[in-house]
Amino acid sequence: MSVVHLRAVVALLGRFPALAGVDLDVESGEAVLLQGPNGAGKTSLLRLCAGLLAPASGEAVVLGHDLGRDRRSVRREVGMLAHATFLYDDLSVYENVCFWARAAGGSPAEAEAAIARLEIDTRLRDIPVVRLSTGQRRRTSLAVLVARRPRLWLLDEPHAGLDQAGRDIVDGLVRDAVDAGATVLVASHELDRTRTIASRVITIAGGVVVADQPIPGRSMPVGPAPERGGPDVA
Amino acid sequence: MWHDVRLIAGKDLRIEWRSQVATGQVAPFAILVLVLFGFALDADTVALRTFTGGLYWVTVLFSAVLAIQRSFALESADGNRDALRLSGIEPAAIFFGKATALVVQLVLLEVLLGAGVAVLYGPSVEDFPLLVATAGVATIGVAAAGTLYGVLAAGLRVRETILPILLLPVLAPVLIGATRAFDDALGTVAVNGWNWLALLGLTAVVYVAFGALAFGVLLEDS
Repeated sequence: MSVVHLRAVVALLGRFPALAGVDLDVESGEAVLLQGPNGAGKTSLLRLCAGLLAPASGEAVVLGHDLGRDRRSVRREVGMLAHATFLYDDLSVYENVCFWARAAGGSPAEAEAAIARLEIDTRLRDIPVVRLSTGQRRRTSLAVLVARRPRLWLLDEPHAGLDQAGRDIVDGLVRDAVDAGATVLVASHELDRTRTIASRVITIAGGVVVADQPIPGRSMPVGPAPERGGPDVA
Repeated sequence: MWHDVRLIAGKDLRIEWRSQVATGQVAPFAILVLVLFGFALDADTVALRTFTGGLYWVTVLFSAVLAIQRSFALESADGNRDALRLSGIEPAAIFFGKATALVVQLVLLEVLLGAGVAVLYGPSVEDFPLLVATAGVATIGVAAAGTLYGVLAAGLRVRETILPILLLPVLAPVLIGATRAFDDALGTVAVNGWNWLALLGLTAVVYVAFGALAFGVLLEDS
C-alpha cells in the first residue's frame, strides 16, 4: 500500500487552488524530490501530506489515513521541516528538542541523541534558540524532526541556511531514514544536491504534477513501513 | 492526557520564567492600574474601601488579557501553532495545559494585587475562606475563557487588538460574581457571597467544559 496516495486532489488557500488535481503515489522507503517554480504547490503538497491542509476534493490517503476524514491521526506519524522553525525562542536547544520529542512520545535520551546526530555544538545546548544563528536554528529544527522519528519525512528546502557540514548532515539523515524504511518527500530548488539523495523526481507546476521520473542509477528500496521510521538515534 | 497537560503547562511556565514578561510587564501594569484607580477616586479611602472588590477584579481582568495575549503569542511565532497541531497532542490536553499555566500566573498576580490593595486601599477582611475560594474559582473561569478566546484570537490577523473586545464581555459574569462575593468577604455590601460564589462556580464549569470541547475546533479552523 502506498504511503502517499493522491487522486485528483484539490486543496484551497482561501479561494486559490494551491493544488489543482494532484495525482501521486509514493511507496514506502522512497525518497522523492519535489521540484517546480515558486508558487507551484510544493509546500502545499507537503502541508497536505502532513495533515495541515485539508483536501477540498479528491482522494487523499497518507499512511493509511483518509485526510478527508481524519487528519489528526496522520500528524502523529509525520515529521515536517518547514520554512518556520517550529521552535520557542526562549527555550534552549535541548528544551525545544526535548519538548517536541516528549510530545511525540519520545524520551529525553532521544532528544540528546538527536542533538548529537545534528552535531550541534555542545556549548549551544543550553542557549535559548533566539540567540542562535539561522543555521544553528535550522539544525535544531532538524533535531526535533529526528527525535520524533516519523514514518514520513516532509522536508521543505532542508538545505536552506545551512553550511556545507550541515548540508552533508541533512543528506545523511535522509539516507539513514530511507535505510530505516521511512519515506521522504523533499521540496527543493537545489536540484543537483537533492538528486543525489532522491530516487525519483516529481515536477509540479500550477498545482498539478506535470512530470514523474525515476533518477537513473538510484534504486528504490521497498519494504514494510516501520512503526517509527527515523534513524535509530537512541 | 495528563502527561501532555503537564508538558504544555511546564513549557509555558518555563518560557514565562525565562522571558520575565509576567514579572517585568504584566505585574507592573497591574499595580499601575491599582494606583490609577486611587488617583481617579481622589484617594478617597472610604470610596476605595467600598469599591475594593470591583476595582480589584477589573484590574485582574485587564492584566489577564495581557497574560493571555502573551500565552498565545508564543504559539503564533515561528509556526508553533502548526507544530502543536503536528505534535499529535490532544487539543483538550493543550487547552488544560495552557489554562493551568495561566492559572498559576494569575494566582501569583492576584497575591501581588492583594498586597497592593491592602496597602493602597486599606480594606478589612471579614470572611477569609470566602475570599480565597472566590479568587480560586474566578481564576479558573478567567483562565478557561481566556484560553478559549486566546486561541480564537491568535488565528486572526488582528489578534493584537481583538482579544479584549472578544474576551471582556464573556468575562462579565465572572467580574460580577467575584465582585459581589468579595464585597461580602470584605464586609462592604450586605449580600450572600457564598451564593455568588456558587454562581461563579457554575460559570467556571461551563467555561471549562466548553473550552475543552471547542478548543480543538478553534485550533484547527481559526
